[in-house]
Amino acid sequence: MLVVLANAALIGGLIDICREVIAANADHLSELDRAIGDGDHGTNMRRGLEAVYAERSRLAYLPLPKALEEIGLTLVMSVGGAAGPLYGTLLIETGRQLAGSGDVDFPRALERAIDAVARRGRASAGDKTLLDVLYPVHAEVVRRAGLAGVAEQAERAASLTFGMKAMRGRASFLGDRSIGHIDPGAKSCALLTAAICRFLEEQSPA
Amino acid sequence: MNPKSANVGIVIVSHSPLVAQGAADMVRQMVGDCVPLAWSGGNAEGGLGTHAAGILAAIERAWSEAGVAVFVDLGGAETNSEMAIEMLGEPRSGRVIICNAPLVEGAVMAAAEASGGAALARVVATAQELSP
Ligand SMILES: [Mg+2]
Repeated sequence: MLVVLANAALIGGLIDICREVIAANADHLSELDRAIGDGDHGTNMRRGLEAVYAERSRLAYLPLPKALEEIGLTLVMSVGGAAGPLYGTLLIETGRQLAGSGDVDFPRALERAIDAVARRGRASAGDKTLLDVLYPVHAEVVRRAGLAGVAEQAERAASLTFGMKAMRGRASFLGDRSIGHIDPGAKSCALLTAAICRFLEEQSPA
Repeated sequence: MNPKSANVGIVIVSHSPLVAQGAADMVRQMVGDCVPLAWSGGNAEGGLGTHAAGILAAIERAWSEAGVAVFVDLGGAETNSEMAIEMLGEPRSGRVIICNAPLVEGAVMAAAEASGGAALARVVATAQELSP
């Protein structure tokens, strides 16, 4: 996977499709956030992806681990909200793990990065956050499900946050009233995962 | 070293620029210029929200060799402040503490303590006594 990914067309392509899927769904994400939060998730994410896109030509020519780390830093500096630090930590840590001296493969790097996100948000599985998408996605990656399977699992996992009670973030102030809404962070995470999987599928040789 | 930077610095972080600035005004009224003070409020576009870059800049403005106490309102303010402190890098990051205290009361009490030359741990403890 990594060998295939390590070139400018792929890094640039990933930036493009992530920007596109967030732009196309920004209003919907903010709507989900309005129901149980402060209504800014879509605009925050769009601002972040636009900031990444503005640096596309530089980022695309970095080695993949370095590109992931720098994209993460850009998201931290531009997204705001809780999503900036959480998505930022995910990418920064994935990049650092892949760049580290140890023989860390992608599933292992992703696992450690997700653990870092959990520590950053002081959240765990079932708290109605993007972790409720990240953990199932990682499980699918580990069992080497195909890209379509990973995308499907991400969407399913985001839908499952509908029935959860929020334990972190502003949605937790609503208590039981947070039940019955999809978590906006879980939704953006599923949209991004599915878009990335679709893109990688199109890139892989038949 | 100038006397201002000998005292612990205070940073106020709110989702609202008006709240952050207002709390900083109250601190200033209490302690004048003898405590380094800065605030960050709102997102990168000036709307309600928080952002790590703005918080990092505020910590730099309020920097003191004695350390900096940070006061935050809601969740994202704390998470983004943690991120900003990490980006500050060692060894300075070890001298910045996010206080578990109410934003306005905490900042004013901490500043009063800091203006007397108290160490960072003492300043933080004074503010945190407000939170049972
Ligand atoms: Mg929000």
